[in-house]
Amino acid sequence: MKILAIDTSNRPLSVAVLDDSTVLAAITVTVHQKHAEYLLPEIERLMGMAGLKPADLDRIVVAAGPGSYTGIRIAVTTAKTLATTLNIDLVAVSSLATLAANVPVEGALVAPLFDARNQNVFAGLYRIKDGQPTVVIADAHTNIAAFLEAVKEYAEPVWFLGDADHFTELINTTVSAATPRISPWLNLPQVATIGLLGQQMTPVKDVDRFVPNYLRLTQAEAEWRAKNPKEDVESYVEKI
Amino acid sequence: MSPTDKRNLILAFESSCDETSVAVIEDGHKILSNIVATQIKSHQRFGGVVPEVASRHHIEEVTLCIADALSEAQVGYDDLDAVAVTYGPGLVGALLIGVTAAKTVAFAHNLPLIPVNHMAGHIYAARYVEPIEFPAMALLVSGGHTELVYMPAENEFEIIGETRDDAAGEAYDKVGRVMGVNYPAGKTVDEWAHQGHDTFKFPRAMEKDANFDFSFSGLKSAFINTTHHADQIGEELSKQDLSASFQQAVVDVLAEKTQRALADYPVKQLILAGGVAANQGLRERLERDLSSNPTTHLVKAPLKLCGDNAAMIGAFAYVAFKHGVFADATLNADPSLEFDWVADPVK
Ligand SMILES: [Zn+2]
Repeated sequence: MKILAIDTSNRPLSVAVLDDSTVLAAITVTVHQKHAEYLLPEIERLMGMAGLKPADLDRIVVAAGPGSYTGIRIAVTTAKTLATTLNIDLVAVSSLATLAANVPVEGALVAPLFDARNQNVFAGLYRIKDGQPTVVIADAHTNIAAFLEAVKEYAEPVWFLGDADHFTELINTTVSAATPRISPWLNLPQVATIGLLGQQMTPVKDVDRFVPNYLRLTQAEAEWRAKNPKEDVESYVEKI
Repeated sequence: MSPTDKRNLILAFESSCDETSVAVIEDGHKILSNIVATQIKSHQRFGGVVPEVASRHHIEEVTLCIADALSEAQVGYDDLDAVAVTYGPGLVGALLIGVTAAKTVAFAHNLPLIPVNHMAGHIYAARYVEPIEFPAMALLVSGGHTELVYMPAENEFEIIGETRDDAAGEAYDKVGRVMGVNYPAGKTVDEWAHQGHDTFKFPRAMEKDANFDFSFSGLKSAFINTTHHADQIGEELSKQDLSASFQQAVVDVLAEKTQRALADYPVKQLILAGGVAANQGLRERLERDLSSNPTTHLVKAPLKLCGDNAAMIGAFAYVAFKHGVFADATLNADPSLEFDWVADPVK
């Protein structure tokens, strides 16, 4: 099975090309955040190095959010367009789970988080089980202190990944001083790992209707829903 | 693969604002399909286009539009000659969905990618009426733009005048809001205008200036002051007369400047295009003005193609294709993309 895996959820851009359990080519870039310009050229380059043409692909694996709205839209638009235009499977993975998959320690509790400003984070809690991150606390857009309180309940060492260093003090005072120290490399998505995991996962059923996992309404939408609790929230787009 | 042996087929994308559209166009002038998914109802909840909401809707619609466009045109990827996409101007997050999807399709099927300026697309909606003859002039009026574009030859565009503040469509939406009309207000104001009279005599900005620029903010302020004053003294003003007075002022400014531009730049065609080109008052006025012009012929974009759509993008993309204008996989959205200003002004 030939797989293309992509993640542009935040500043890093990560692309990998796999053939079953062999990683043919993989790259993670952090020096810029010009995903609109660089994602497709990187895909082209890696596939070229791997000797693959688009028609050779069997499956796309995408980190579908949470993350920067623009970033997750670029990855998901690329992924869903490739999947539909080539008529192949699309597998969606949480962008937080993508980070959690970096931890190779069986049984470990992993808390990947992205800074969402104003003491808010996108975060989830995962346990590594049979080499895969499984959900303990579902991904959410939440206050960092509230998230740490919830994590503290498990009374175990936790691997904090992603933007955890933005909250070092709070993490150390809330959870435990004994959280494992990690290589900064593990804070970056390396989609080869989720490319490998994605082979076993169930593909998205309705790829056309597939959207990023924003985990947050737009402000306009949230305000409108608060004012119009009874209104239908679907079907606002019409074909003319 | 010369154009004589084989029909040229372009898969065109448009997503610059609140319409997701994909079309299949044959030889730049025949619409095989033109799928448009409009978000107007969604944005009406907020009284105007919310960019983040627009981007989210585009991503819901884009692959469905591709599938529908191909199936309605009864063509497959193997039949296509190129993929074209609007890359600006527009809302950056909205543009990015079309650009990303178009680039991806081009990559997946090894097709050339044609970058299209949205405004060139609007002008080329007129191509579905008749071939464009050069030199030509376009009066482009939409929610985001009001400009006079001189086209000395095919694939050449030069701005000779543009709005210094609000676009005409923007002014329509603003006065519409004052009268309690939801966005987009153009159609209702146009209808009311036909039922009323120009009783308020609002100012015609820059009508006498020597340049070809437009301004609508003074008109908008005069309108708001008039209605505000009436509110304060408890007087009810006729919405029909207000609309007629507003529209007459807009149309006068657009028509006068256009006439002056035509005097300095003799052209074979005047093309009326853009969302506000659907305005009946403007269409009627230009028809009248041009009926006595022996050299310049008015070409109005078809009503159905005045709003944003991918068919117009495909029409211009065919010209770009012939001229060898292609982009690579690094193509990005350019929200403030503009034609160049005229190199040597007549004056
Ligand atoms: Zn437009």
